[in-house]
Amino acid sequence: MVEHDVLIVGGGLAGLRAAVDLCDRYDVVLVSKVHPVRSHSIAAQGGINAALCNNPDGRDDSIERHAFDTIKGSDYLADQDAVEIMCREAISVVYEMEHWGCPFSRFADGTIAQRPFGGAGFPRTCYSADLSGHVLLNTLYERAVARGVKVYYEYVVIALVTEEGTCHGVVLIDQVEGRIIPILAKATLFATGGYGRIYFHSTNALINNGSGIGMAYAAGVPMKDMEFVQFHPTTLLGTNILMSEACRGEGAYLLDKRGERFMERYVPKAMELAPRDIVSRSIQTEIEAGNAFESELGPYVHLDLRHLGAERILERLPGIRRMSIDFAGVDPIDEPIPIVPSQHYSMGGIDTNARGETQVKGFYAAGECACVSVHGANRLGGNSLLDTIVFGKICAASIDEYLQGGAHEPREAVVARKKEEMEKKISKLSEKGGERPFAVMEDLRKTMDEHVGIFRTKGELKAGLEKILAIKERYGNISLSSSALHMNYELIAGLELSSMIDAAHATTLGALLREESRGAHFRRDFTKRNDVDWLRHTLAAKDASGELSISYREPVITKYRPMERTY
Amino acid sequence: MTADIYTIRVLRYDAKEPEREAYFSSYRVRAIPRLTVLTILSRIRDEIDGTLAFRSSCRAATCGSCAMVINGKPGLACRTQVAAAEGRTIILEPLPNLEIIKDLVVDMAPFWEKYERIKPYLMRESCEFEKEVFQSEEERKQIDQYVNCILCACCYGACEVLRRGADYLGPAALAKLQRFMIDSRDERPDAFLDSVNTSQGVWGCDTLLRCIDACPKEVRPTDGIVDLRKRLVKYRLKRLLKLGQT
Repeated sequence: MVEHDVLIVGGGLAGLRAAVDLCDRYDVVLVSKVHPVRSHSIAAQGGINAALCNNPDGRDDSIERHAFDTIKGSDYLADQDAVEIMCREAISVVYEMEHWGCPFSRFADGTIAQRPFGGAGFPRTCYSADLSGHVLLNTLYERAVARGVKVYYEYVVIALVTEEGTCHGVVLIDQVEGRIIPILAKATLFATGGYGRIYFHSTNALINNGSGIGMAYAAGVPMKDMEFVQFHPTTLLGTNILMSEACRGEGAYLLDKRGERFMERYVPKAMELAPRDIVSRSIQTEIEAGNAFESELGPYVHLDLRHLGAERILERLPGIRRMSIDFAGVDPIDEPIPIVPSQHYSMGGIDTNARGETQVKGFYAAGECACVSVHGANRLGGNSLLDTIVFGKICAASIDEYLQGGAHEPREAVVARKKEEMEKKISKLSEKGGERPFAVMEDLRKTMDEHVGIFRTKGELKAGLEKILAIKERYGNISLSSSALHMNYELIAGLELSSMIDAAHATTLGALLREESRGAHFRRDFTKRNDVDWLRHTLAAKDASGELSISYREPVITKYRPMERTY
Repeated sequence: MTADIYTIRVLRYDAKEPEREAYFSSYRVRAIPRLTVLTILSRIRDEIDGTLAFRSSCRAATCGSCAMVINGKPGLACRTQVAAAEGRTIILEPLPNLEIIKDLVVDMAPFWEKYERIKPYLMRESCEFEKEVFQSEEERKQIDQYVNCILCACCYGACEVLRRGADYLGPAALAKLQRFMIDSRDERPDAFLDSVNTSQGVWGCDTLLRCIDACPKEVRPTDGIVDLRKRLVKYRLKRLLKLGQT
């Protein structure tokens, strides 16, 4: 059986960053269901936060201010020790990415340019026009090539193998050759992305369906804070393609159908640059009040860039302009962009500590699939790229320490047994007569849109949960068109659907139980934050009978006492 | 928006069944003109034919997964609206100059191998700055268009030189080399250009500009290749003159 010291699953920023640090010293393999440069990190636009103090308006910025903004933005649910680590590391990882060739935009003095972003006290978001994820991912992949990281792409992991609290490796499908391969590993790192695609309307890539989170859950690692789902305020009407927060960072307005800057009615000080949860709720409120434009694609409001002028748009937001033209037929130099809020980021994920470790020995998680938690109930723009790189690096250090300290030997028999189990599962999915997986998936996604959105109520969540449980039943009876392992995307979808259902279940149940409003989780029937009962993380674990069960854990508070969150 | 009936013809082939020749599958789909080719393809796979294979991910012309030939022209399926099709028939074929794995999925390994051959990473030996290496916005702007490359391989599929022979490095790899050559922070010596001083390297290009035409991100690989040639000639000349002196 194939064995490696370290197996990294996922080729986005977190996975690559870990691989770059470990590949010189250990036998490391990175597997990814798409080629690394296709990973969803590529789509991040706005930038990466670090208190570099390059912006003339940001000279008084500091690591502490960055930490404070992040914790306040999280509505105090973030673990403060982890946030402090992230903000401290931010400066060195940004310089490191620059030294590795990342083409950041520059200020006139040749330093890395920084722009204002929502919820931040100073302009600390380092950027490269509106292609920040693209340049960071390319730079890290380039570094991985330079260091000779072994990458197997279009290998889809279908099971994480654990036994008695220890991780032994994975089972995967090599899509090109069409075979199932069990792999033994001393240490396994998941950097598999978020669960945005359990929603129908999402800015996320189609690959971001929470499969890694679901596989970890199935293997005994709890999901944490799944009910905290970020809805981005500005996504393109129809396709929900992201229109970066950088637009508002550069000064764009949000306008209702009367041409009014409606944010004035909600957050007159921060206006359009209030944090995402607040802006999304404001837009949704305007839509419900009938102040939005109507179209056959649904109601929408305007994101207006025109007053920025052609030169600034072309220089700072060229990608936004291109996408707006290509996907909505609107040139933002001449016309406002039609936008709606839509699912964007997963605050929840695999339960890890600030070292990227999980409850399972030898199993780690980093990036959007992980919930450390540094984002708590709401992530600030510019902190997700930071999270991926910092915790990719931290996971590498934790894994190094684990391997140095005498890691366990992964057991072949355990992995072989899982492989057989997966083969049986695939042959069962291939039995004829059931529903096609995509039909079930579409119902799941629409249920999440309809029942677990920006505003939530007990009744809607309860009805949503019932639908999800019914979908879980239907999953037992799905049928694939073909049992081939070779380039069979329907098979992969069929297997991943099981993870998507578990993620949706945890998200909905967590939201139903949490009778308060905090960050991105807003209950119409409990509109206030309630620190006495709910200043705690939600953990969703598989119990002995295989059922999803919920428990809670206090967040780590260092020196930032929870205060009312106003902007 | 009114929906129209479109005929989508997709080239089918499975490298695992080489005895079966390539053929076209035809699907009739009702769609509004603003829908993208990728949306239609997904609908066909999800609702009609679960065995259809194509790559896709971001749906926003950013990740570079869904490059294919759309009515005879390389492009991204996610960026092409069905309205672009004349006569309401859309013919979809895999990217040329690469082997088919299945249907619209081609083997990208040669593309990545050539990308790696030009050592696609910043080379810098100077002692590391404590902070960032300074770069003026003008210097940063020089590399702009090359930085925009999403490695989708549309240019690779459009290249006439690659059609004739598979040895040529291709537009994407050479454009990537240019990206590093002109980065003010890169210290790669001019002698590095010897590695592309061949008919498989910068001299392979026919300057037909097909790559520029095919690029969905407005990168101009030919400009980069021509500039690499100039740089190479200058450096070789300089070296010859130096040799003459000693």
